[in-house]
Amino acid sequence: MADIPSDAPQHCPGTASEQAGKTSACQGCPNQNLCSSGATKAPDPAIEEIAEKMLTVKHKILVLSGKGGVGKSTFSAHLAHALASDATKEVALLDVDICGPSIPRIMGLEGEQVHQSGSGWSPVYVEDNLAVMSIGFLLSSPDDAVIWRGPKKNGMIKQFLRDVDWGELDYLIVDTPPGTSDEHLSIVQYLSSARIDGAVIITTPQEVSLQDVRKEIRFCQKVQLPIIGVVENMSGFVCPKCKNTSQIFPPTTGGAERMCEEMNLTLLGRVPLDPRIGKSCDEGKSFLTEVPDSPAAAAYHSIVQSIQAYCLSHVPREESAG
Amino acid sequence: FDVNLMLNCGNLAQVQHVVLILSGKGGVGKSTLTTELALALRHSGKKVGILDVDLCGPSIPRMLSVGKPEVHQCDLGWVPVYTDAQKSLALMSIGFLLEDPDEAVVWRGPKKTALIGQFVSDVAWGELDVLLVDTPPGTSDEHLAVLENLKKQHKVDGAILITTPQAVSTGDVRREITFCKKTGLRILGIVENMSGFVCPHCSECSNIFSKGGGEELAKLTGSVYLGSVPLDPLLTTSIEEGKDFIQTFPDSATFSAINSIAQTLLTSIQNP
Repeated sequence: MADIPSDAPQHCPGTASEQAGKTSACQGCPNQNLCSSGATKAPDPAIEEIAEKMLTVKHKILVLSGKGGVGKSTFSAHLAHALASDATKEVALLDVDICGPSIPRIMGLEGEQVHQSGSGWSPVYVEDNLAVMSIGFLLSSPDDAVIWRGPKKNGMIKQFLRDVDWGELDYLIVDTPPGTSDEHLSIVQYLSSARIDGAVIITTPQEVSLQDVRKEIRFCQKVQLPIIGVVENMSGFVCPKCKNTSQIFPPTTGGAERMCEEMNLTLLGRVPLDPRIGKSCDEGKSFLTEVPDSPAAAAYHSIVQSIQAYCLSHVPREESAG
Repeated sequence: FDVNLMLNCGNLAQVQHVVLILSGKGGVGKSTLTTELALALRHSGKKVGILDVDLCGPSIPRMLSVGKPEVHQCDLGWVPVYTDAQKSLALMSIGFLLEDPDEAVVWRGPKKTALIGQFVSDVAWGELDVLLVDTPPGTSDEHLAVLENLKKQHKVDGAILITTPQAVSTGDVRREITFCKKTGLRILGIVENMSGFVCPHCSECSNIFSKGGGEELAKLTGSVYLGSVPLDPLLTTSIEEGKDFIQTFPDSATFSAINSIAQTLLTSIQNP
């Protein structure tokens, strides 16, 4: 983790990082001696605060990829909609893609703003039982760019976890950006004292994607994040006219199926390419409500059921005994 | 005062033009189009280099079928990997420095910044007509690092922005355009990728990722629209297998689209 004081020099590695006080950027900084002595590397109190906050959240699911543009946000949004279709469940969707926050648009919440109250930031509600938080709500214009280096992004993620008034939740879904960097390390570290049920990994069938996804899987293994399973998105396209299937993103190395076999993971399902999915996302509507009878909707529902089953069956002994 | 030192200062001294390939949105085809534009430029007789600064997801080595070569050092720095004996296409990527291709590069910003600085200044590119810089999605450490380091050594001609037609994509690319304006990076133009799919069985065109967004974005932001590239399974298969699509399918509409973009790009950087 890294905390950057407001008067830090440029390229400050963060007071809690291993490089604190030791990089060239630290030369001349008044805090250099303090940082290099190790005094600043005490565990971040935010971790315990976040764990406290997360006690009212029953299940936490991360949606990861490694590869960009495979449908993480699309999937996260529809997972949230599907889980919230049960009116007795409270669901929240947290978007930690700081540079490219797509969730507000996909959930039909563009232009919404976040409010602060005594108990923290209020998320934006799509339905009574479906809340959303994204940096998108903090930007005043669709042209605003968030040009932040790692440490500042980490600070935002900490605030999202610690300062948002989530209330009692059955499910918290976290949508992430592609890669294995600051955002991913931070979300795992800040939730390290809370229990993450696991990660859903999204890929498309081709090796160019799988190549990056295998790295993400290694990342999960390295940080001991359980993997609920893999979803293969954009898995074939059925021409609406002649009904023939084309593999636009060809599974030249066996697709997600072979990767799952090799890495001993569950293939949760395959979702086909359907132009109506992209259209729904652009319009901020749920594809599951717009086109409920499509093969893609059926695929989504089956995958969501598997994820729910996993969450309910992997409750730790102390919780299930209580 | 050493004249040779002055003339040869910086490994980018003999690189005529540097173009960044940006998006903001992931998975729109930055690496694919960087590769294809490089091949198209080479096809028209140019010496091209590709610098792949996507540290978490380096795709270019596979797309050019260069495998896992060893990277050597010379007096001037790292020797780039050449895709052919004529040295017409040079490449540097972190993909070459990893022992294990499945190993994740789990680095925070400062470490990424440091490596990118080295990539920009310590690769002995030699003579190149164009250096294309492939980037990861976003507006963060990698983008700031590559721009800061390039500016120290060389003028950056500008950036091409890639989008797909749908609003979820153009929404992110608008922010990338702001990044360019804020950092003084000239926008050479916008390319719309995955622009429609023509069914190989019946020729029906499906707009899988919606329609028209690229051109609208160009109008909205006052940028040049460089053109569109369709979704083509022949291209995606070719990229998967690291083949030269341009040699294999020189008569395709896809190649024609890519070539037109490459030529417009060349004209724009040669006559700023």
